[in-house]
Amino acid sequence: MKDAASKDVVGKATAGNDTASNATASNDTAGNDLVRIVSLRKSFGNQEILKGIDLAVKETEAVVIIGASGSGKSTLLRCINRLEEPTGGKIYLDDVEITRKGVNINKVRREIGMVFQSINLYPHMTAVGNVALALRRVLGMKRKEALERAEYYLDQVGLSDKRKQYPGQLSGGQQQRVGIARAVAMEPKVVLFDEPTSALDPELVGEVLGVMRQLKESGMTMIVVTHEMQFARDVADHVVFVHGGQILESGSPADLFGNPKEPRLKEFIRRVHT
Amino acid sequence: MELFLDTFFNLEILREVMPLLLEGLRLTLVLTAVIIPLAALAGLLIAALQSLNNRFLNFVLVGYIDFLRSIPPLVLLIFIYNALPFLGLRLGNFEAVVLALVLNGSSFFGEIFRAGIESVPAGQREAARSSGLNAPQALIHVIIPQGARNVLPDLVTNILELTKQTSLASVVALQELLRSAQIAQGLLFNPTPLVAAALMYFILLWPLVRIISRMQREVVVIK
Amino acid sequence: MEQILNYYFNLEVIARYLPDLLKGLLITVEMAVLIILLGVPLGLLLAVVRTYRIRPLNWLIVFLVDFFRAIPLLVIVVLTYFALPYAGIVMSSFTATVVALTLVLAAFAEEIFWAGITAIDKGQWEAARSTGLNRTQAIFVVILPQAIQIAIPPLTNRTIAITKGTSLGSVIAVQEILSVATSAQSLAANPSPLTMGAILYLILFFPFVRFTRWLERRYGSWRSV
Repeated sequence: MKDAASKDVVGKATAGNDTASNATASNDTAGNDLVRIVSLRKSFGNQEILKGIDLAVKETEAVVIIGASGSGKSTLLRCINRLEEPTGGKIYLDDVEITRKGVNINKVRREIGMVFQSINLYPHMTAVGNVALALRRVLGMKRKEALERAEYYLDQVGLSDKRKQYPGQLSGGQQQRVGIARAVAMEPKVVLFDEPTSALDPELVGEVLGVMRQLKESGMTMIVVTHEMQFARDVADHVVFVHGGQILESGSPADLFGNPKEPRLKEFIRRVHT
Repeated sequence: MELFLDTFFNLEILREVMPLLLEGLRLTLVLTAVIIPLAALAGLLIAALQSLNNRFLNFVLVGYIDFLRSIPPLVLLIFIYNALPFLGLRLGNFEAVVLALVLNGSSFFGEIFRAGIESVPAGQREAARSSGLNAPQALIHVIIPQGARNVLPDLVTNILELTKQTSLASVVALQELLRSAQIAQGLLFNPTPLVAAALMYFILLWPLVRIISRMQREVVVIK
Repeated sequence: MEQILNYYFNLEVIARYLPDLLKGLLITVEMAVLIILLGVPLGLLLAVVRTYRIRPLNWLIVFLVDFFRAIPLLVIVVLTYFALPYAGIVMSSFTATVVALTLVLAAFAEEIFWAGITAIDKGQWEAARSTGLNRTQAIFVVILPQAIQIAIPPLTNRTIAITKGTSLGSVIAVQEILSVATSAQSLAANPSPLTMGAILYLILFFPFVRFTRWLERRYGSWRSV
């Protein structure tokens, strides 16, 4: 019964887009997908938050996940680096299943960066310390080498002059740019963005989105949960609409925003555009 | 194992000394019931006086509190019991214990209530005063109820600590729970009474310990 | 007035017993230092072990910590010195006092460090883990530095309270300040040694009490005991 439902969802989800349908249909033959999610399920207690999600992301692609709050989109993102343990389904990174038992999750997480809504900079470390920490402790870089790389990435987000500041001395937008530098400095295969601008004052949103655009142009693979529809239109290769723990519709931004098919997507678009 | 139980938890001995221990427990509870309200009242008074922000008064009160926080309660008790009689001030051992622990407890209660009062935003006092309440009324009806809630874990902690400190009374031969157990142990050459007394303290105070841990977690969650 | 000076600040009596009192002070300081150096790291270790959430181990830690928090210090000192010998564990009164107070300080320190650890926002764990740090790295590099900062004011308060408990050693005849002062008082039939003993405690602990005031002003005063 559940299987049938999830297949139905796959059908709908891929109907509007050729690349996506190819990717999801060829689960077992594996194409050049960087991230491949197959019938992912997640429950908290009795409540099923994700009800069978299929999604494929190619290298250098930016996928934006939209949906109302409580739709499960953040949980989906958090399953990808296993901050949440999936209850069912599989996730592949570079054709390696990372949901398998016995996988060294810390090794996997080197390859998957994450940027948080709540930013989560370490308050007891400077900006450059925040970025360099995992370079030293996880990648085992020498102090000097790690600091050089950290400063390079702080420069990339336009904060080289703030490298000695503590998070408490930075604005929200600057903090989040440090958060992005911290994720990107690991030179991961993909970066997950979990509503990176939702906690920011409106006037600080632009600088963070600017950095994300720039990151996309440099060829970084990105999966972004956001309410910034303009960003989705401009930057996404692919937009996914999640509702009630399922992907109801997906496709290019032009298709999804220009010609939405799902009534609930139409409703969603109407609401966020007023 | 049997030998262990025979030595540390000998039921026969336990039955024999139980009346003595219960008598001691009763005195421990009496001490607690006398000391805690007195110390709390004294502490409240100290905090209320401090909230008047009189410089000289605060200097004296802070000196009083820091003095008592620096002196071990047992030293205070011995001083009151052994040294004051030289001035003709001869207190019975019960009174000496009550005086020592009320003095000691008042300093901690004073600090806690002060922190509680300071934790209430100034706007609360202003709102109360602007509605026509005078300063003591504002303190009693508006500030203290809120402040007390903010420092509830500390208040319960201090109640726990003062209850535990009543065991110091054993040093001046007041026959509360610990003293009773020591007497029984001396008579019977067996540690069972001491172990039993420890267990009685544990049964009596474990709920307080749990409550404090629970409340601290809530404080943390609110933060 | 003269009477007060004669009884409580009798210079002749004080001069006679001061060397003994200073020896007592030395023993008090030795005990205090040992208790802090052993008790605080042991408490920290227990709190860190608890973050690994190994169920039976955590129950054991919580039970032991509760036990040492619930039972009066003096009862634990007396148990250690008078009851443990029946199990073949014989300690000098000095060692028994240090062991008893170390265990109690470790219990309270564990509770305080644990409260500090749980106060750290969950996002800090997630940020650390998402960059590939393992659990142990996340604890030591990200969580503990923040938790310890939170723990310092309450821990200082608690450490003062428990090291003041070295005076309980007098009950089992450790020759620390109080013990020396009490016997000097009965020998001299004059309470000046007790006054002097109290002054020594003041000299020892007053600076730390002032230090906690400074800490509280700096880091906020919640949880002041």
